[in-house]
Amino acid sequence: MAQQQVVNRLSLNEGTGTVNSVTVRRSIMTILFYIVTIAISVAMFLPFFWSLITSFKPSDEIFSMPIKWIPSTLTLEHYKAAFTTVPFGLYFWNSFVLAAAGVLANLFFGSLSGYAFAKLNFKLNKPLFRLLLAAMMIPGIVTMIPSFYVLKHFPLIGGNDLVGAGGNGFLNSFWGIILPGASGSFAVFFMRQFFLTLPSDMMEMARIEGCKEFRIFWNIYLPLTKPALATLSIFTFQAGWNSFLWPMIILNDPNKATIQMGLQAFSYNHQTDFGPMMAGALIAVLPILVMFLMLQKYFVQGIAFSGVKG
Amino acid sequence: MASIGKLNQHQARTAYLFITPTMLLFLAFTIIPVVMALYLSFTNYDVVSRMDFVKLDNYKRLWHDSLFWQTFKNVCYYAVIFIPLNILISLLLALLLNFKRFGVKLFRTMNYLPTLTSAVAAATVWIWLLHPEFGLINNLLSYVGIVGPAWLAQTETAMFSIIMVTLWQSVGSNMVIYIAGLQGVPDYLYESAKLDGATAFARFRYITWPQLRPTTFLVSTMSIIGALQLFDQAFVLTQGGPGNVTKTPVYLIYQQGFNQLQMGYASAQAFILAVAILIFSLINMRISKSEESIV
Repeated sequence: MAQQQVVNRLSLNEGTGTVNSVTVRRSIMTILFYIVTIAISVAMFLPFFWSLITSFKPSDEIFSMPIKWIPSTLTLEHYKAAFTTVPFGLYFWNSFVLAAAGVLANLFFGSLSGYAFAKLNFKLNKPLFRLLLAAMMIPGIVTMIPSFYVLKHFPLIGGNDLVGAGGNGFLNSFWGIILPGASGSFAVFFMRQFFLTLPSDMMEMARIEGCKEFRIFWNIYLPLTKPALATLSIFTFQAGWNSFLWPMIILNDPNKATIQMGLQAFSYNHQTDFGPMMAGALIAVLPILVMFLMLQKYFVQGIAFSGVKG
Repeated sequence: MASIGKLNQHQARTAYLFITPTMLLFLAFTIIPVVMALYLSFTNYDVVSRMDFVKLDNYKRLWHDSLFWQTFKNVCYYAVIFIPLNILISLLLALLLNFKRFGVKLFRTMNYLPTLTSAVAAATVWIWLLHPEFGLINNLLSYVGIVGPAWLAQTETAMFSIIMVTLWQSVGSNMVIYIAGLQGVPDYLYESAKLDGATAFARFRYITWPQLRPTTFLVSTMSIIGALQLFDQAFVLTQGGPGNVTKTPVYLIYQQGFNQLQMGYASAQAFILAVAILIFSLINMRISKSEESIV
């Protein structure tokens, strides 16, 4: 915007000279802008286009030389192959359950404690919040092995006794993925920042009327945070859906594998089946793409928010 | 007065109740693990049976482990190329797409789409794009008369391929952060600079760049933390090969810890990596602070 104004001023100032040369220069600039922008955007989009084309091409045309930009016929055989050689449907469902559980847990716990940190007075408010913030700086690799240890030796779970020996704890269960991420520091931080922007007088009014604290939170404040909740769910869902290393560590049972694990195993075991590989990759990307196109507004708001205030 | 005290007490009790789930999870999956991370690195924990204190043995072994230092070298090579390019490309994209022109929103979306893909899906697609014979990249190169290399199988180009794929996946979201930063730069700065006859480059150098310093700091910090923990793309694209040139520390830690069950040793490696991330972040903070302050 600023640059645009500067450009406008530039042309105004020079307009006292020859008007024609300015218009010519401006249209050259415009053409140049579109050439560069379109070239970059097309290049960035090309991998999507190419995988889509490949996934619908008949097998013999995938390996044709020179490359075929437009397939002669469209076929669904690669999608069928992807779903029949490995249980992609099951993987899809597993990933969906994990991502959705992560969203629900983060929305609930994140807004609950975000509200407490933003709106309620208690002695440890500042120190505990600072601790949560500081923890966001810890790289994930530090907690990877010890978190595994905690999950494996969790007392009284999965055959463990009181001191956490004997069984496998939360290993090989969805809980091992849901619990460590159930109340992310980011969710708490994000919701707190949003609650801070809401006025406190509604809370006082409700207290005078004799409303219970949880109902003040649940019935009065939470409905006001819908945009923030939408943004947070998008990010949490995307993170859950796309995560790869941690599910691979926790889940051993092939029937519990996530779509990312399934796709990796597929592309490793069927290294030349590019048709089904592309079909699988597109299926693994599709939910996020659909969500993005529907909720684009919240995506951009969220990034700008975490970028400016983070 | 007594009732106010009572109200505050009630409020505090509610607050503690509200944060209890979060704090319990935080204790179990952040505080305990961080404390344990250091302790485990002094043991020979192997998941199945042992967990003895072995003092500095893991660190002594690590000192002579040439593979570990090679993974470090690999990831440093990756970071040194990836991080500046990441900042440069996303900033240029942001400058370009910050113009208010017809269709800009669509172009922003197209540049943002790659960031939505999972690392595994992106890597899978790029395995096909980078196929030496039938891949799109080498076919496009052949249009201009270049014979493309076997991207993922050659030691010279394997890491470069990973850099390319991760850049493709990351510049879009950094572009959006930069656009938000650019829109926060007040217009009057540009206007007064214009009155003083500053050139477009000077305006960028003395207004835009210093004003974007917090944004650049954010983007570079996140890039450092992410780059040094590279795993997914290296695992799917090249499996660490050829000849370990794309094996990263996280990859090695994963193998040592979860395939060979040498958890104690892997913890020591993780600890060293965390220290490296800390050092790089501090250097980044220093560089960011030492630049001249905002006009």
